Amino acid sequence: MINAVSKEIPEYIEGYGKVKPFEGAFKNINKAQKTKVSLNCKSSFDDKVIGSIEEVLKKCGLRDGMTLSFHHHLRNGDYVLNMVMKEVARLGVKDIKVAASSIFPIHEPLVELIKEGVVTGIYTNYMSGSVAQAVSLGYLKYPVIMHTHGGRARAIESGDLHIDIAFIASPSCDNYGNINGVEGRAACGSLGYAIPDAMYADRVVAITDNLLSYPLCPIEISQEYVDYVVKVEEIGDPKGIVSGTTRITKDPVGLKIAKLASKIIEESGLLKDGFSFQTGAGGTTLAVAAYVKEIMKRKNIKGSFAAGGITGYIVEMLEEGLFNCLFDVQCFDLKAVESYKNNRNHQGMSASMYGNPHNKGAVVNMLDVMILGATEIDTDFNVNVTTGSDGFIMGGSGGHSDTAAGAKLSIVTTQLIKGRLPIVVDKVTTVTTPGETIDALVTERGIAINPKRQDLIERLKGTNLPIMSIEELKSLAIKMTGVPKKYENNGKIVGVVEYRDGTVIDVIRQVQ
Amino acid sequence: MEVKRIAKSGTFESNDIYIIVEPKGDEGIEINLESIVMKQFGEQIKKTIEDTVKSFKIKSIKITAKDRGALDYTIKSRVETAIKRAL
Repeated sequence: MINAVSKEIPEYIEGYGKVKPFEGAFKNINKAQKTKVSLNCKSSFDDKVIGSIEEVLKKCGLRDGMTLSFHHHLRNGDYVLNMVMKEVARLGVKDIKVAASSIFPIHEPLVELIKEGVVTGIYTNYMSGSVAQAVSLGYLKYPVIMHTHGGRARAIESGDLHIDIAFIASPSCDNYGNINGVEGRAACGSLGYAIPDAMYADRVVAITDNLLSYPLCPIEISQEYVDYVVKVEEIGDPKGIVSGTTRITKDPVGLKIAKLASKIIEESGLLKDGFSFQTGAGGTTLAVAAYVKEIMKRKNIKGSFAAGGITGYIVEMLEEGLFNCLFDVQCFDLKAVESYKNNRNHQGMSASMYGNPHNKGAVVNMLDVMILGATEIDTDFNVNVTTGSDGFIMGGSGGHSDTAAGAKLSIVTTQLIKGRLPIVVDKVTTVTTPGETIDALVTERGIAINPKRQDLIERLKGTNLPIMSIEELKSLAIKMTGVPKKYENNGKIVGVVEYRDGTVIDVIRQVQ
Repeated sequence: MEVKRIAKSGTFESNDIYIIVEPKGDEGIEINLESIVMKQFGEQIKKTIEDTVKSFKIKSIKITAKDRGALDYTIKSRVETAIKRAL
C-alpha cells in the first residue's frame, strides 16, 4: 500500500506484524489508552541491593524472548548496555529484543550477539556505528524498529512496546532505588529518556557506580519504580558521556546558513516576549542560537523557554535572562549538567512530556521555533535523518519528527552539498519526518519555504532574503554534483520507521 | 606524453581529492580509487580521472586517488597538476 508520504509499504512485515500506514502528521491524535503495569511489591523486610548483574537477571526471571531496555544519557561513554548483554549471553539466553533509546559506536559488542542469535530484535530512536552497519547489511533476525523520542514514550505507555526488564544507568543511586544523574563520576544530568521505561517496565534495575545511603537527594527517578539496585565498578566513561563544551561553528558556510535562519525567525513574527526555542547541539544550529540571542538582546525580548537536549550555550541564554526556564530531557555538556543541578529554572522533563503525541499535551506543542538538520530533504520537504544515500542506517529521528510536528515554525538548516552529495533531492532515501511538518529550508545558496505556508511566504516578501523554490535549490545542487547513483537493495526489509503516532512512515531495505 | 616519476597533488580535506600518479611498466590506465561517495559517484569520478588522463594523450599511468567528496572541477585540476608534476 501507499502511505501519506507516497511510500510503498507492505501490509504485513515479517517480524513486525500488521502495518498501520502513516496517514498524516495530525490524523491520529485524539484518544489513547495507557497499558497496565504488573509489579512485585516490596515490604519492609525486602532488600533491593543485589550483588551482581547475573544474580539480578535471575531474580528478574530472565528468559528467551524477553525485551530489555536501556537509555542513552551516557551516550558514547555507556558501559551498562554492553555489561548487561554480556551477562545475558553468558547465561545462554537467546532471542532477546534490545530496546535502547539510542545506540552508539561503543555498543559494537552487540554485533556479535546479533550474529549469535542472542539479540534478534532492536527498538531504537537513533543508531550509529557498527551496530547500525550490521543491521543495514541484514544480520539482525527481525527488522529494527526506529522510533522518535516521543514515539518511544508513546509505544511504552500504550503497551505497543512491552519492556520486561529496564536497566537504568544511574550516576547516583541510594540503596532503596532512588536515582539522580547529577552526582557521581558519570554525572550526565537529566535522565528524561529513562522515565517511561522506569514507570512501565515489569522489572526495573538501577545499575550504579555511586551507591549512596538512603535517602538520595535530589531524586529524579524514585524508589516506587525500582525493583533492584546493582553496584558495579563503572557505569560509563565520562569523556564519552558529555563533551567539555559544545561550540558554535567557525565554518563561514555554516555561519551564513545560521544568519539566514535567524533572519527568518526575526521576520516570522514569533520573536517577541514569550518566545520559545529549541536547537540541537550541532555547530550550525548553535550559531543560529547565537544570532537569535543577539537579536533578542538588541530588541530587549524576553523568551519563555528553551527545550530539548540542553547545551552550555542555551544555559548562558537562561543565565542572561533571555529565557524564563529550560526543559531538559538530556544534558549535552558539563555546563548543562552543572546548571541542571544548581538552577531551579533549569528543569527536567521525561521523554513523554517532551514529545509523546498521545498524552495530554507535550512540550513540543508549545514550541515557537525549532531548528533541525537533514541528511536529505526532498522537493516535498520530507526529511531523512535515518539513512545515508548509500542506504546505510546512520542516525534516526530522535526528537526530529516530534519537534517538527509541534513547533509553529520548523526550520531545516543544512549545506546544499555535503561531501559531493546533494542534500536537496527528488525523493529522500528514507522518510523520517513528513514534509507537511517542515516550514522552511535554509541553505547557503538560498531559502525555500514550504508552499503550504503561504502566510510565511507573504510575510517574507519584501525582505532581502534569497527565497526560491525547493526545485530551484535541487537543480543548483545537482548541477554541481551530478546525479548520484541510487543505492541497490535486495528487497529484504531490515528496518521499520515508525512515525511518532506508531504508524509506519517508511521501511529500510537491506544494502547489497 | 609519458609519466616519468611519482608525483602527487591534493589534500585529505573534505571536498578535496588526493592524487598520486606514477609510471606503470606496461600500457594502460590503472586507477585505484577510494571515495566516501563510492556508491553514489564512484563511476563518475573514475570517468573524470580517465578523461583528464586521455586529454594528455598518456598511454601508461598508475593513479591512486583518495577522494573526500571532491566535485568534478576539483578532480580534473588535481589530476592535471599531478600529471604535470610527473612529466
